[in-house]
Parts: sequence; C-alpha cells; structure tokens
Amino acid sequence: MPIQYYIALSVCLFCIGIVGVLTRRNVIIIFMCIELMLNSVNLLLVAFSKMYNAPAFAANPASTVGIDGQLFVFFIMVVAAAEVSVGLAIIVMMYRNTHSIDVNFLNRLKN
Amino acid sequence: MNNLVYLIPLFPLAGFLINGLFRKSLNKPLIGIIGSGAILASFVVSLVLFFQVKSNGALPVEALFSFINVHDFKIDFAFQVDQLSSIFLLIITGIGFLIHVYSTSYMHDEPTEHFGRYFAYLNLFVFSMLLLVMGANFVIMFIGWEGVGLCSYLLIGFWFKNNNYNYAAKKAFVMNRIGDLGFLLAVFWLLAKVGTVNYHDVFTAESLAKLTPTDITAITLLLFVGAAGKSAQIPLYTWLPDAMAGPTPVSALIHAATMVTAGIYMIARSNVLYSLAHVTQNVIAIIGIATALLAATIALKQNDIKKVLAYSTVSQLGYMFLGLGVGAYTGAVFHVMTHAFFKALLFLGAGSVIHAAGGEQDIRKMGGLKKYMPYTHLTFLVGCIAIAGMPPFSGFFSKDEILAAAYARSPILWGLGVLGAAMTAFYMFRLYATTFLGSFRGTHDQEHHLHESPAAMTIPLVVLAFLSVIGGAVGVPEALHGHHELHHFLSPVLTTEVAPELGHSTEYGLMAVSVVLALAALLFALNKFSKKPELGEPTGFGKVLANKWYIDELYDAVIVNPLLKFADFLKNVVEKSGIDGIVNGVGRFVQYLSRQLRLLQSGQVGNYILFMVLSIVVLFLVFWNQAIILQFLQKVF
Repeated sequence: MPIQYYIALSVCLFCIGIVGVLTRRNVIIIFMCIELMLNSVNLLLVAFSKMYNAPAFAANPASTVGIDGQLFVFFIMVVAAAEVSVGLAIIVMMYRNTHSIDVNFLNRLKN
Repeated sequence: MNNLVYLIPLFPLAGFLINGLFRKSLNKPLIGIIGSGAILASFVVSLVLFFQVKSNGALPVEALFSFINVHDFKIDFAFQVDQLSSIFLLIITGIGFLIHVYSTSYMHDEPTEHFGRYFAYLNLFVFSMLLLVMGANFVIMFIGWEGVGLCSYLLIGFWFKNNNYNYAAKKAFVMNRIGDLGFLLAVFWLLAKVGTVNYHDVFTAESLAKLTPTDITAITLLLFVGAAGKSAQIPLYTWLPDAMAGPTPVSALIHAATMVTAGIYMIARSNVLYSLAHVTQNVIAIIGIATALLAATIALKQNDIKKVLAYSTVSQLGYMFLGLGVGAYTGAVFHVMTHAFFKALLFLGAGSVIHAAGGEQDIRKMGGLKKYMPYTHLTFLVGCIAIAGMPPFSGFFSKDEILAAAYARSPILWGLGVLGAAMTAFYMFRLYATTFLGSFRGTHDQEHHLHESPAAMTIPLVVLAFLSVIGGAVGVPEALHGHHELHHFLSPVLTTEVAPELGHSTEYGLMAVSVVLALAALLFALNKFSKKPELGEPTGFGKVLANKWYIDELYDAVIVNPLLKFADFLKNVVEKSGIDGIVNGVGRFVQYLSRQLRLLQSGQVGNYILFMVLSIVVLFLVFWNQAIILQFLQKVF
C-alpha cells in the first residue's frame, strides 16, 4: 500500500483527536482523544519505519535500517501507559472533589 | 616661589571656613575678630607685596597647581601680582578691613548665628575678589568673578525673611549672569583663536597677530558686556540700586568700593586688546557717559539715602568707563581708588545715620543730624566734597584726569562729563543738606534715639575721610606741578595708555570750568535745601526722574513680562497638553492594550489549546517551505 494512505489515516485520526480535545468537556473523552492523537503518531512512525525498512529487509532479513521508528513507538506506548495511570488518578481525584468530570469547572486560575 | 602671594587669599578663605562652620558655637566678639583679623592679615601681606612690587617691579607669575590640563591645553591656577593687581589688593583688603571693623558694630544686633553667617559671607567675598584681581589668566579671574557675584547675591539677600530683598538678590544675580555670558563667550573666543588665556601669553604681539580686527572687536565687546553686568552700566545697571537691600556695610564694600569695579579692572587689565579696538572704545565711552548722566539725573530726585548713593555709584562707574573708553586707563584706575575711599566713606556714613535713626532711610524724615552726630557729619561732608570734585580733595584729581582725557578725544564728551559732575555736586549736597542741616523732621521717638555711633564705626569713617582728602596726592597732574606717581607706577601694565596732549593752559581752563560749575551746583543745592529742606512730591519731569525714567517698568514690559507670559504658555499649554499628553498617552495606550490582551487568558484550558493548534496551523501554512523556516530560525537566534 502506498505511504499516502497511512499518512491520510494518521492525519484524520490526529484531527479527530484535536477536535475532540477542543470541543468536548467530558474529561474522559478528552483523555481518550489525547490517546487517539498519540496513536495516530504511532501509526505514522510504524508506517515510515516499514517504508524505509522494506527494501533493506528484502536484501537482508537481518537488516536493522529504519528500525528506530518502531523503537520510538514502544517508548511512546510505555509513556502513554504511565500517563494514563497518572491521568486517570487525576480524573478520579477531580471527580471526588467536584462531583463532576466537566473540565469547565477547572477554571480557578482565571482572574 | 614667593611664599607670601598665596597667603593673601588664604586668610579670608580660612576666616570664611571658621566663621561659616562654627558660627553657632563662636561668640560675637570672636567672630568679629576672626573676620576682621583675616582681612587685616591679608592687608599686611598686600602691603609687603606692594612695596616689593614698587621697588622690584612685578612679581613673577608662578602656578600653584595645574587647574585644567588636557592634551596641549593647559590652564594653571596661577597668581599674578603686578602693579595693577597690587593697587587693587590694597584697596580690597584695606577698605575691606575697615568695613569689617565697622560691621562688627553695625551688625551687632543680629543673632550670633546670623552674625557669623554675615562675616563668613563677607570673608568669602573678599576671597573671591582677591582671586579675581590676582588670577594670572582669564579663567581664574572668572572664578573670582562668579564668586563675587555669588557673595553679592547672598549678602543682598542677607535678611532673607523679607521677600523683596530676595527678589533684589535674584535680580542682581540674573543680571550679572547675563553679563557673565558675554565674559565667558569672550574667553572661549580667545581660547579658540589664541589657544591660551594667560595674560602674559595673550598680550604679546605674537598672540595678537593671530587675531583679526573683527576678532578683537568681538572679544572686547563681549568682555565689555561682562563688565557692564558686573559694573552696572547701561543696559544692565538696574540691579545695583536694588542691591541696596543688603546691609549698608555690604553696599559700601561690594556695591561701591570693590566688586562693581571688577569690570574696570578687567578692561584695564586687557588694555592691550582694547586699544586695538576703536569701535569698542567708542562704545565704552558712549555707554560710560550715558550711564553717568542717566544715573546722575535719577539721583537728583531720590529720597532714600542709600538709593542716592547707589545711583551716584552707577554714575561714577560711568565716569570710569568713560575714562577707559578714551584710553585714560590710569585715570580710570585712579578713580576706582579715590571712589573706593569716598564712596565707602559715604555709605558707611549713611549706615551710621541709618543706625542712629533706627533703620530709617528716608531723607525726608531726617535733618539736623549735625548736632547729634558730629563725627559722622564731618566725615560725610568730607565725602561729599570729595565726590563733588573740589580741589584738593581726592575726587578732583581723578575725575579731572578722566575729563581731560575725554576732552582730548572729544569736547562733547567733556561737556557732558562736566554736566554730570555738576549734577553730582548738586545731588550730593542735596543729600547732605537734607540729612544733616536744618531741624529734625522725624518722630519724637526717633529724635530721642539719635546718637553718635560707637568708635568701631566712627574710626573707619575717620580713616576713610582722611584717605578721601589725601588720596589724590598720588595722582597730581604735571600741570599742577605734581608727578602723577600712580601713572608712573602703573605704566608697565597699562602700556597702551594715551596721555592727552593738552597744553597746561587748556588743562587749567578745563579744571576751572568743571570746578566752578560743580561749586555753583554745590552752593545752589546747599542754599536751596538748607533753607527749605522739606522735599515736596515731585511733579512733571521730576516725577519721571523720581521713578528712575521708568526703566524698570520698561524692562518689565519689554523683557520680563513677555518672558513670564512665554513661561506661562510653556507651563500651561506645552507642558500640560503636549508633554504630559504624550507621556500619559503612552501609559493609557499600554493599559488599553493590556486590557485587550488579558481577554486571551480566559482560564479555559480548551481555549489555550485552541490557540496553540491555530498557531501551529498558521506557522505550518506560512512556513511550508523548509528554507523559509531555516531563515526564520536564523533570524530569531
């Protein structure tokens, strides 16, 4: 498959994530949208990695050309998992304090 | 180096510091002794130096230290004691000492603190005046020149609780500053063209060759502007009569005997330059005679004893400038000397009268003081005769020398001068007759208070009267079988002196005319005012004279008020709406801008993210091309 398809899909996912973050007030959905954006990036990284890796792989199956893109994906997934645990904890605390998961209540820094 | 030279200004400086710093802890006799003693010490040293100069000629100029030293431009703090400055040193310290002694008694009613302040100022004045005449270059002279102006200001406004006195002090200072600007410009001009300000270097043929006739005329005219300010000549004379607000001994010392003659000293010192500038000489002669006449006419109708003397001083200074203008430098210096004697005497006599009359200065409320104050009366009479130019008193010789030189230049100048001399005799004897003759016209309380002044005041009067009588002996002209020793003494400095080439018979004639006219005026005044001493309200032309030709009003209308209006305009319009408008406008604009910017910080995280995304998109669109991004980054970092 040509790389353009992956790019288009990734951009679509990223935009959906952004729009979700911008428009929704439910903090859990915002959180999911952030994950969506992260994963769109992951998808793109894997796609590019594969694109660079394919010719070298055909010549030599032991080749590691372009493999660092896939490595980054693992890093991102690990960080995202950690982030989710922290983020969910924050959300739980937020719900305990405000009895709501609406981000618009979190505007005490204003004024 | 001659160790004595720098002692002369050192004593008054020390006196100033001691009296100024410890005025609260010293007592009055001690302050008086320190103040007078400092001047006496200077006088003694001056006498020693005078005799050295007399026998050996001018002392060598030696620098105390280098005052300004930049690249090849060097000004030394150097003192020059030669024939001219030694004469002035004697006048300043001698008369200064007498006036200090007089002041110890005159100012005795002041609180100790102010008494000390007074003597500190007076000593500082003498110090500055000594710098002025001893400096070996124009810059040191200028330091003294400013110093005496400052002391004049401080002493005119000595009784600073009276606001009118403060205004008088301010007026004197501002008018002097106008003149000083001329002086400064002349010094700069000289520096630019000749590259030095030392008298020794400037007045050489080599330096003078560097100056074009225009330069010389301009420099001398600018110096004369300075002299006109300091020595109260038209058009800058109006401060001097107002300066009478100060204590009377101050008027005697500063505004009669010494400071106001600084201009004459300066021009006599620069006589080499002045003789090369005929235009300037004519200007000086004309302004001198005009001032002499104008001030004399005003003095005819003044009723304040000090104002009469003040206008008389302005008038006599006019004579001195007439002398300078016609090239009779010795005559001018001679007149400075004799004038210092008799005018200091007259002022101190007036001070004695004011002291006795309990502060009264109006001659309409005096009269008959002859029998209450014999010493003051006699010495004052001597002063009047001397200033009226009666032979053989000192005023006769000096005034006659100036008039003779004026006649040699132009008989018209001489005629006007004689007219002024006759007026001088008239107003002085009007003053004398209304003050001392007839019967007392003041209140009964005042009459009861009348008394002869204490010895500390009468002794200086007697000494000055003695000097006023014999002071002319140093300058007896050859027509009267004299030698004119002053002329011979000063000739090494006043090298460009023009001796009027008049036959002896002409000189006799001139003397006779001026003496007879002055005598007639004198007798007329004496006769008129001793018979009818009450001075009525002036009418007609007399009113114009009594109001000083409305010169002050003219200055107010032409210069002061427009300036004030302009200042008012600047304050109310330019300052308020212009400058304040710009400043406040900037502030208001920033405030408005920040109020608008504040709206961006809504506190909603979503908003911030939206802006972030939008700006990323914008950046992305704008910097699509990577080369542009790189350029942008280079530009930023």
